[in-house]
Amino acid sequence: MARKISMRQALNEALDQEMARDPTVFVMGEDIVGGMGGDGEKDAWGGVLGVTKGLYAKYGDRLLDTPLSESAYIGAAVGAAACGMRPVAELMFIDFMGVCFDEIFNQAAKFKYMFGGKAETPVVIRTMIGGGFRAAAQHSQVLTPLFTHIPGLKVVVPSNAYDAKGLLIQSIRDNDPVIFCEHKNLYGLETDVPQESYAIPFGEANVVREGKHVTIVTYGMMVHRALDAAAALAKDKVECEVIDLRTLSPIDWDTVLESVENTGRLVCVDEAHPRCSIASDVSAKVSQEIFKALKAGIQMVTSPHTPVPFSPSLEDIYLPSADKIATAVRKTMAN
Amino acid sequence: MSEKRIIPIVMPKWGLSMAEGKLASWLMKDGDSVKAGDQLLEVETDKIAGAVEANEGGILRRRIGQEDTIYPIKTLIGVVADADVPDADIDAFVGSYVVPVAEEGEEEAAGPRYEFADTAAGRLRYTKRGSDDNTVLLIHGFGGDLDNWLFNADALAEGATVYALDLPGHGQSTKKVDEPTVAGLAKAVLSFMDTVKIDKAHLVGHSMGGAVAIEVARLAKPRVKSVTLISSAGLGPDINMDYIDGFVASASRRDLKPVLENLFADSGLVSRQMVDDLLKYKRLDGVGDALTALKNGVFAGGRQAALLADALAASGVPALVVWGAEDKIVPAAHATAAKGAKVEIIEGAGHMVQMEQAGRVNGLIKVMIGG
Repeated sequence: MARKISMRQALNEALDQEMARDPTVFVMGEDIVGGMGGDGEKDAWGGVLGVTKGLYAKYGDRLLDTPLSESAYIGAAVGAAACGMRPVAELMFIDFMGVCFDEIFNQAAKFKYMFGGKAETPVVIRTMIGGGFRAAAQHSQVLTPLFTHIPGLKVVVPSNAYDAKGLLIQSIRDNDPVIFCEHKNLYGLETDVPQESYAIPFGEANVVREGKHVTIVTYGMMVHRALDAAAALAKDKVECEVIDLRTLSPIDWDTVLESVENTGRLVCVDEAHPRCSIASDVSAKVSQEIFKALKAGIQMVTSPHTPVPFSPSLEDIYLPSADKIATAVRKTMAN
Repeated sequence: MSEKRIIPIVMPKWGLSMAEGKLASWLMKDGDSVKAGDQLLEVETDKIAGAVEANEGGILRRRIGQEDTIYPIKTLIGVVADADVPDADIDAFVGSYVVPVAEEGEEEAAGPRYEFADTAAGRLRYTKRGSDDNTVLLIHGFGGDLDNWLFNADALAEGATVYALDLPGHGQSTKKVDEPTVAGLAKAVLSFMDTVKIDKAHLVGHSMGGAVAIEVARLAKPRVKSVTLISSAGLGPDINMDYIDGFVASASRRDLKPVLENLFADSGLVSRQMVDDLLKYKRLDGVGDALTALKNGVFAGGRQAALLADALAASGVPALVVWGAEDKIVPAAHATAAKGAKVEIIEGAGHMVQMEQAGRVNGLIKVMIGG
């Protein structure tokens, strides 16, 4: 356990171990092998951020560089899954999903239901999410709520290397379509990761910090901002419980509700836009189920309802910060 | 002269990964008189909470560490000395105390670390501490691992070479369990002893590991100097199957935590980190199958399959039996089955008595192994 590796390496290891274990697993996406127009060294690149680096040398044609046509290859992956393969398709940025909504929303998500439970669609779509990367409005969105809205899809957002490996392995073994969201700013983050294969079950939130005054519910990069806020608040004797949802569909309501029953206060933090977000979803559930447990109004900390700005100084104030989270926590404590 | 009677109390190091601990509370006041073995203060780490005990007697002269404060290991947090040591000497001692440095580099190079042995039973993880002709081998129980000896291994290594291993199916050892029975695990322990070249050892087994220790003594008596059986299996038929089934089945923190609370007299000892570490272990490929196979082999039909009290008596190997009076997993009443053994029942402790009352248990084992 003493071995620390980055989230990038953890994802690579998960793909590697599952490809070694199961011959039906294959990987496809833009530039995942060598990239178009490379100098002939096919394995040079391994994806825009290097997640698939080294796999081509081991598994050869089980890694497929695709044309720049998301709707075509996501459709191919969904079809292959319906025919018994376990494809992992990399769709570089979640911002580009729009062109394959039919393949995802109407096909992959519906097969099991429309074929009376007899069809499985074990496809994984890996994609990058999130801001703070100076990548402008079309490459910085989170968009997770679009996918949690659709029954039949599973939505996974790891916040660290340990979770990334175990959740990706579970995603590949799962028989339903999974949208696997990797935050761009977490690829380099290192944590303890076992060498052996392991799967983290879906629908099990992680309580990353225990506290008795306020519950902060979040996921992805915001877990780290929430932890920073909790550390700052602890100096003022405000003890926050921080819940990392890990999977947004299915979502672990039990852990959230149990925590808020204990603390009586809730702050939902979501890097996505505020309307119809994970933050608003969690807020609604808590007020519906355990309104009487609340000692103060629920607070939400999200990005604003605007595109992600390209200007670095604007992008910095656009994203929820530890300060904003701490301010929201203090508001719930004032009541 | 007087400096010899000044005893530093420092933040302990429990286990390989501990770098700091929180002084949760002092259990004694300045000026209290202290006997060896008295609990001085409570420390919380991210793994577990425990009490720091006095190694020697005297007066608690100075409480330096503040409650609710985190200190790096080996930091001076208190001073015990005789009544006649002048305050000035204690001031001088505190003022000149230097936390042993170069710890990190040293530890990396020479200190205890996880090692692996390729045995006939597969790859097994272990640690080795101390260097002495007298060897002790620590064997954990069902679902446990070598970190179950967090509070014991270092203390015992003061007078012995102490090995602790992960049994097959456990910790970071192979998840393949060739023969999922007490006898099968005993053979694995013997292969381990062959591989790391332990000729003879004192065996200390906890729970299922106790039954394994007796079986090793039965199979290879000349290689076993003594057995210490802690909350041991193998001495009677009863086993809390709700615990065993719950441990095997629980896949989430919310399910596993109440199961683990059965292990301690004080259920508050089950920390978030302890539950998390066990979930991380249980998620590894092969662990579910290994635990299920062991459950069916060792506790077939909800009873302990291996009853070894007669074999223990017949072996003539010296035996010490230690039990937590509030054991909810294996009843302490089984202790009486060990004929001819020295028996100690410890009040205020549950199944994990070696963690909950580490000082007492370490003292008993030290006497047993002649350390």
